[in-house]
Amino acid sequence: MADTILEVKHLKKYFNTPKGLLHAVDDVNFTLDRGKTLGIVGESGCGKSTTGRSILRLIEPTSGEVIFNGENIVNKNREQMRLLRREMQLIFQDPYASLDPRKTVSEIIGEPLKLQKLVPDKDKRAERVHELMEVVGLADRLVNTYPHELDGGRRQRIGIARALAMEPKLIICDEPVSALDVSIQAQILNLMQDLQEKMGLTYIFITHDLSVVNHFADDIAVMYLGQLIEKAPSVKLFDKPTHPYTQALLSAIPVPSLKKKRERIILKGEISSPINPKPGCRFAVRCPYATDRCRTEEPKLVEIEPSHFVACHLTEGK
Amino acid sequence: MAEANKKDLILDINDLVIHYETEDGVVEAVNGLDIQLEHGKTLGLVGETGSGKTTTALSILRLVPDPPGVIKNGSIILDGKDVLNMPIKELEAIRGNLVSMIFQDPMTSLNPVLTVGEQIAEVIALHEEGGEKEAAQKAGDMLEVVGIPRERYGEYPHQFSGGMKQRVVIAMALACNPKLLLADEPTTALDVTIQAQVLETMKQLREKYGSAMIMITHDLGIIAEVCDEVSVVYAGQIVEHGTLEDVFESTLHPYTEGLFGSLPNIEERRERLQPIPGLMPDPTDLPKGCCFAPRCKYCTAECEKARPEKKWVNDTHYVRCTRYNEPDFKIERSER
Repeated sequence: MADTILEVKHLKKYFNTPKGLLHAVDDVNFTLDRGKTLGIVGESGCGKSTTGRSILRLIEPTSGEVIFNGENIVNKNREQMRLLRREMQLIFQDPYASLDPRKTVSEIIGEPLKLQKLVPDKDKRAERVHELMEVVGLADRLVNTYPHELDGGRRQRIGIARALAMEPKLIICDEPVSALDVSIQAQILNLMQDLQEKMGLTYIFITHDLSVVNHFADDIAVMYLGQLIEKAPSVKLFDKPTHPYTQALLSAIPVPSLKKKRERIILKGEISSPINPKPGCRFAVRCPYATDRCRTEEPKLVEIEPSHFVACHLTEGK
Repeated sequence: MAEANKKDLILDINDLVIHYETEDGVVEAVNGLDIQLEHGKTLGLVGETGSGKTTTALSILRLVPDPPGVIKNGSIILDGKDVLNMPIKELEAIRGNLVSMIFQDPMTSLNPVLTVGEQIAEVIALHEEGGEKEAAQKAGDMLEVVGIPRERYGEYPHQFSGGMKQRVVIAMALACNPKLLLADEPTTALDVTIQAQVLETMKQLREKYGSAMIMITHDLGIIAEVCDEVSVVYAGQIVEHGTLEDVFESTLHPYTEGLFGSLPNIEERRERLQPIPGLMPDPTDLPKGCCFAPRCKYCTAECEKARPEKKWVNDTHYVRCTRYNEPDFKIERSER
């Protein structure tokens, strides 16, 4: 039996909008083992960030269960959640917007330690901040600088140090490298990989960039319009993408090589509105293989082979 | 193209130097950059934030903000005309006509209070004979060309999605059949499946109209997709230039190698990425020698003495790297 750290069951988050009910996350289910990385990929508006935030209850889920270390945390009160958040942290996409511009590097990294009253002693806190900075590769001399004095890569290192301050078990990373240049992106990805090995961290890695998660994730979950449409171990997903959307998504990635050219699948149209979605498969309007059944009946997520899940009528029964 | 036939060039930039003179010091954005581009060809300018790619593109339209931007040296010859010594009236006549630009962010490059049709018609009416009616007609045609139904002529930018807005910007840029199209990260703000659609549209249209293009991007995947030639820019200078095959298959410069090593590639699953250590040099305080030397694993004392000169290895491929003065020098990537 694998050691499950997180289990998400029937997670839903709906938003009321003037135009109707927006189904941001619509019945998402998955489990995640300790020390592993799950990549959640999809395009803007597919609900991947909302899923991440609902798991931490930074957004209250409409319904569903989030079972963390064997406990359903959806009904925990504020104080219980405050303690739980030591174990589950978030790294944000935009290192420019997620750091308080009026605080120095040491204040930012030390703040969670202070708030959670983990290290109330000032000198000890400074020591811990120093340790954390070393762990993420920030030079000591930067301790009293402000975020605006630093480049994007260093700012993201601060974000990581802040998340690590609590010694969390689970870190949800919401597009942690998409605002960075490629050479810096690689530095941060390697750092995160090292930290995982050293500290036994579990990651949920939310991104639109499939090539990034290929490197990083053990499993990949693909989302489309609030639903999880395919989930498989990374290697399998890349070798044998099964859902037509996953296939199109993979083929759309420009490959920096002249030798291996993939057959391009160019999708027609764009992601439809998540407000009051029509019955049937949500991808049907763009899907080159859609049948009448796809337009009327919603496909369920089915395990087509061990640990490979797909929600598509066409693969059922294969 | 060591000694190209000058009259075949749509764009000929020689030894361009652009500085931003700010209160905090002189930002050396572009430092002796050359571009020779033939009619109908696509050149990819690849480099990281702050490498001077966008400043170069803006200078071709003479849109570098002045102050603080100062073009210190060099020449820009566009279709036989000297851009840097052109009167403003003439400049206005070529912008959007002979040469046009697609900006990175479609959200901010459209006017929110004009309909998309009006915005396209505006360009046409400005540069072409014929009345407003004709311009409106042609603007409608252009919408269809980029795959937007004509019925949406009267809608405002906020009613369009990101991909659709970028199509409008492309329609606008192509409305007057420019001979040169400058595309500054045209798909960076878009999702991958939409990016694939937009790149495909651009490709088809360029074939139809025969425009030359400079594609500015940080994504080597896009370069492989759309370009004929590549220039790799670092700290305001082209460190390696060649055809796609030259640069991808026989990479010469350590920085280009570093870019390939940093890039997660879905076709080559590796255990770890090989990032380039360190950061871009401060453009107000560039090193005296090779600008890449502080981050380069092949760096020797010689590299820090002077800026490397161009070294041609064949008719189409050059590199600026001091180490190639040694006859046996090879980077690791060439061993593949």
